[in-house]
Amino acid sequence: MIHLKGIRKSYKTEFTSLEVLKGIDLSIEEGDFVSIMGSSGSGKSTLLNILGLLDEYDTGEYTLDGVLMKDLSQTQAALYRNQFLGFVFQSFNLLPFKSAKENVALPLYYKKIPRKIRQEKALEYLEKVGLKDWADHLPNQMSGGQQQRVAIARALISEPKVILADEPTGALDTQTSHDVMEIFKEVNKQGITIIIVTHEEDIAEMTNKVIRLKDGNMVTE
Amino acid sequence: MFDYDKWQEIFDSLKRHKLRTFATALAVWWGIFMLVILLGAGNGLRNSAERDFADDAINSLFVWSNRTSKPYKGYKAGRRIRFQNKDAQAVKTKVEGIDNMSARYFVSSAYQTEYNGKALTFRIRAVEDTYQVIEYTEMTEGRYVNSIDLKDKRKVAIIGDLAKEKLFGKDTKALGEYVRINGTKFQIVGIFTDSNKREREYIYMPLTTAQSVFDKIDRVHDMVLTVGDATPEQAKVIEKNIRTELAALNYIDPEDEQAIGIYNNIESYQEFKMIFSGFSFFIWFVGIGSIIAGVVGVSNIMLITVKDRTKEIGIRKALGATPWSIVSMIMQESIFLTAVAGYLGLIMGFTIIYGIDYLMKTYEIDDLEFFYNPEVDFASVMLALIFLIVCGTLAGLVPALQAARVNPVVAMKS
Ligand SMILES: Nc1ncnc2c1ncn2[C@@H]1O[C@H](COP(=O)(O)OP(=O)(O)O)[C@@H](O)[C@H]1O
Ligand SMILES: [Mg+2]
Repeated sequence: MIHLKGIRKSYKTEFTSLEVLKGIDLSIEEGDFVSIMGSSGSGKSTLLNILGLLDEYDTGEYTLDGVLMKDLSQTQAALYRNQFLGFVFQSFNLLPFKSAKENVALPLYYKKIPRKIRQEKALEYLEKVGLKDWADHLPNQMSGGQQQRVAIARALISEPKVILADEPTGALDTQTSHDVMEIFKEVNKQGITIIIVTHEEDIAEMTNKVIRLKDGNMVTE
Repeated sequence: MFDYDKWQEIFDSLKRHKLRTFATALAVWWGIFMLVILLGAGNGLRNSAERDFADDAINSLFVWSNRTSKPYKGYKAGRRIRFQNKDAQAVKTKVEGIDNMSARYFVSSAYQTEYNGKALTFRIRAVEDTYQVIEYTEMTEGRYVNSIDLKDKRKVAIIGDLAKEKLFGKDTKALGEYVRINGTKFQIVGIFTDSNKREREYIYMPLTTAQSVFDKIDRVHDMVLTVGDATPEQAKVIEKNIRTELAALNYIDPEDEQAIGIYNNIESYQEFKMIFSGFSFFIWFVGIGSIIAGVVGVSNIMLITVKDRTKEIGIRKALGATPWSIVSMIMQESIFLTAVAGYLGLIMGFTIIYGIDYLMKTYEIDDLEFFYNPEVDFASVMLALIFLIVCGTLAGLVPALQAARVNPVVAMKS
């Protein structure tokens, strides 16, 4: 599903250049449940953003579902994101002025799916994360755990092949974190590839494979 | 196709930012509204001035007499000059470049005009036959004063249609009837109308008749003459020659500008045209200024909008929004807002301008000195509005494009 070969990435400012990824080789197969671990600043988010086509890499090769992801235009990247990928962020990133249902339905809007179907599907996915009754609430009327479940429903609604989650439990208490991980497990059982960035061992333990980053390199187990 | 979601998004966003929406709308509304009002008021002023000129021949000169201001040939200063037929005759025969000319005698406004027991006072002017051309008088019945009237000093009169209505009533025939003016019988031989309402309440009679009936000498109160298509410079020369002739006949110092009054319509018209080209320039200047203010307002607001929405844009992009969908979302919002606000300004401006026009017409306030028939060219204002919308959005396009290009990761962090 995902193949990385010699991926390098550095952030350049006017005077400095910070190499964050120093040649990552990595394969993730369809249906994997992977966690990326490492200390703060080790490049986990950078790697995930590259996988999610939210950021570009400097050298190397990234193939997603057999297609080389190189020099994509913004529009192409948007289309692949919309088609293949779902995102879950540490800070949820829900649109504050839209209800849970509208937030969940949003990716389908960019897929040009008719409004009525969007609404139905949004309710269906909210039900999957146990929030059907909260459909018309605004994000700020919900707890952190609930908001993250809305975000997961939003990531799932476009039926992506891969879910990318950057510290999805980072802002949640232990119990809520485990609830969220349970949802991910369920999703993974349906064959969707999941990649989670975390620095919590107990979260990583719930995944099938752990990738460790240190100073921009992968550390083999 | 009507895209419900897009409109939903637009309304949502406008509602969420009420103050900003209001400020943008106000800027655009005000720009267009002021443009319409300015154009309308400017046209009202111009139309009223043009109407005044349209009433009389544009190429006309008026000549009248005053007291002298300089002693001359043994005469003291302050002597009252009175023109007579000989003066008019001299101007007519000796000054070159005159097209039409008529001497005028103003019959005392104290005299009453009677018909069938009804006595009213009208303004009465005694003129020559050429005066019809000079005043643009239009006969509705009968004829104007003619040369035989003048030669035989016939006691005939022609009457304006409004004066006729007052004296005779609407349905009574006036042509051929006799009226008494200060006791003397005059036969009505013509009824006329004019573009100027005041003119239509006048009575005219032959110059020579008035001089013999109402005066002991052949007084001439003033002379009106047209100078064909003379340039302002040529008109100035004619004016000077008239002065020279009249000064010689009446023992006036040729340098005494005050003794002989001359009003030169050509000069005034030229001045009027100058003032109004300056005036329309000013109107357009202010109008374009307010439109530019509107454009700046819109683009400024767009900048703020984009800044405010960076995070939202980042999230939308992560969910698969293309840069174009982001740009069009922002553009549509601003186009919609400027179009609605501009259109409202346009409608309100037009309502006020044409409301004033309507009221003036309904209540026949058409003798207002300085304001008449305000009008605005709809097409040019529409053009201004389109210009404003296009400029506003083009100015907003730059920040929108920037926003669409921002890396979603960076955008979401903001
Ligand atoms: N946009 C950026 N510009 C410059 N430096 C960045 C940028 N994003 C991340 N970095 C730097 O790259 C390093 C890795 O960041 P990140 O991938 O976010 O680490 P992690 O998620 O593992 O904590 C950090 O030192 C961070 O400061
Ligand atoms: Mg991180």
